[in-house]
Amino acid sequence: MPRPPQVLVHDRRDNVGVVVVESLSAGSDILGVVTEDNSEIRVACNQDVPIGHKVALRDLAVGESVIKYGQDIGRVVQPVRRGDHVHTHNLKTRRW
Amino acid sequence: MATANRTIWGFRRENGRVGVRNHVAILPLDDISNAASEAVAAHIKGTIALPHAYGRLQFGEDLELHFRTMIGTGANPNVAACIVIGIEPQWTQRVVEGIARTGKPVAGFAIEGNGDIATVAAASRKAKEFVHFASAKVREECPLTDLWVAAKCGESDTTTGLASCPTVGNMYDKLIPAGLYGCFGETSELTGAEHLAAARAATPEIAEKFMRTWTAYQQEVIEAHKTSDLSDSQPTKGNIAGGLTTIEEKALGNLEKIGKQVRFIDVLQPAEAPARGPGLYFMDTSSAAAECCTLQAAAGYVVHCFPTGQGNVIGNPIMPVIKISGNPRTVRTMSEHIDVDVSGIVRREMTIAQAGDALIEAIAQTANGRFTAAEALGHHEFVMTKLYRSA
Repeated sequence: MPRPPQVLVHDRRDNVGVVVVESLSAGSDILGVVTEDNSEIRVACNQDVPIGHKVALRDLAVGESVIKYGQDIGRVVQPVRRGDHVHTHNLKTRRW
Repeated sequence: MATANRTIWGFRRENGRVGVRNHVAILPLDDISNAASEAVAAHIKGTIALPHAYGRLQFGEDLELHFRTMIGTGANPNVAACIVIGIEPQWTQRVVEGIARTGKPVAGFAIEGNGDIATVAAASRKAKEFVHFASAKVREECPLTDLWVAAKCGESDTTTGLASCPTVGNMYDKLIPAGLYGCFGETSELTGAEHLAAARAATPEIAEKFMRTWTAYQQEVIEAHKTSDLSDSQPTKGNIAGGLTTIEEKALGNLEKIGKQVRFIDVLQPAEAPARGPGLYFMDTSSAAAECCTLQAAAGYVVHCFPTGQGNVIGNPIMPVIKISGNPRTVRTMSEHIDVDVSGIVRREMTIAQAGDALIEAIAQTANGRFTAAEALGHHEFVMTKLYRSA
């Protein structure tokens, strides 16, 4: 790969990606790579997002599923815009 | 494949198993025998005491687990010989007889009626004999795939599912078809991916056994005691700081440890030795690192692969624990704890297959005698799993 990506996405069906660089700041234009097939995506990030945290790849409504690894990882509890930081403030488990 | 023919230098034990360490263990049967055990270990060089918190007034399945863990720890091929010290002779003898089935030297000492000082004197004399026995052992060339290699991840984050767990999975996909014994556990941490785990069972019967085990844990432990987000225990504060939000997300990353192809061939009780030949096994364990590693060592596993994202520092007294991390920040800030740096995966400089080969190299070096980071740093957490309150 010529340039290291800032975000990795497990599966083409995912609606979030993982930040894999330190100090990604709001307004950054992100290069994302889908590890499944090496396809590239671009997204502008709306907040500072720490390494390891998730960024939304599209708008998500309350009650929608967040998809990662092609699987449901929980429900959206606050509206999410493309490029938003997705974490405990807007995503909740369906299990306990 | 080159890995299938690879050899390591290990200790071939009386029962044919291969160990990679050569411990003389001083094993207290119960909490009140820790002092005598530690005194023997302080006196006789080349021994290691394994103090723990339990062993009195346990009953039923909890007591059986205690005995299984004690006997399995002494029986582990990384232990050349074992001294057992307990307060009463009968239960002490039960553990001695269990360990003796491996054919290795083992002796038991009871404190009641003798006192600590006489017990320590007698046990020290025997321990010295065992040290001479063990230190005369010479390593032999053995197939790498004679090893039993367990896995468990800890202080996970999102890089665990992207890099370090798939590295372990790649190693299993390469070595298990060649004859390795593997093991994964962490019943609670498969929640959200339990359907995918069940789908990796070798037969529908094994899948059903897995689902029964997982469901029993949900009902008897989680449903009986649960709080919102399990009181910030699942995910942990460290997991959340690392970007993991829900148990489902954590479980999906966790399951990457078992690779893409290999299927598990049995479901083991905690500390139960695998009995269906080479292959991958699921063990019903806690997801707490020291408890899980202690159970896997008691089942007979001799090397452990431990992916970590945020930097869990766990070790085990008898089983070397190899740390693998793909988090660029963790390998920078906690480098002394990391044996295999796979952060190149998230930079797209390293493939999962290359990382798997690097891990196989680290397993071989560790098996040959090279210390892991946890060994060099003195981590020897030995934690018994307790199922319920004592009588």
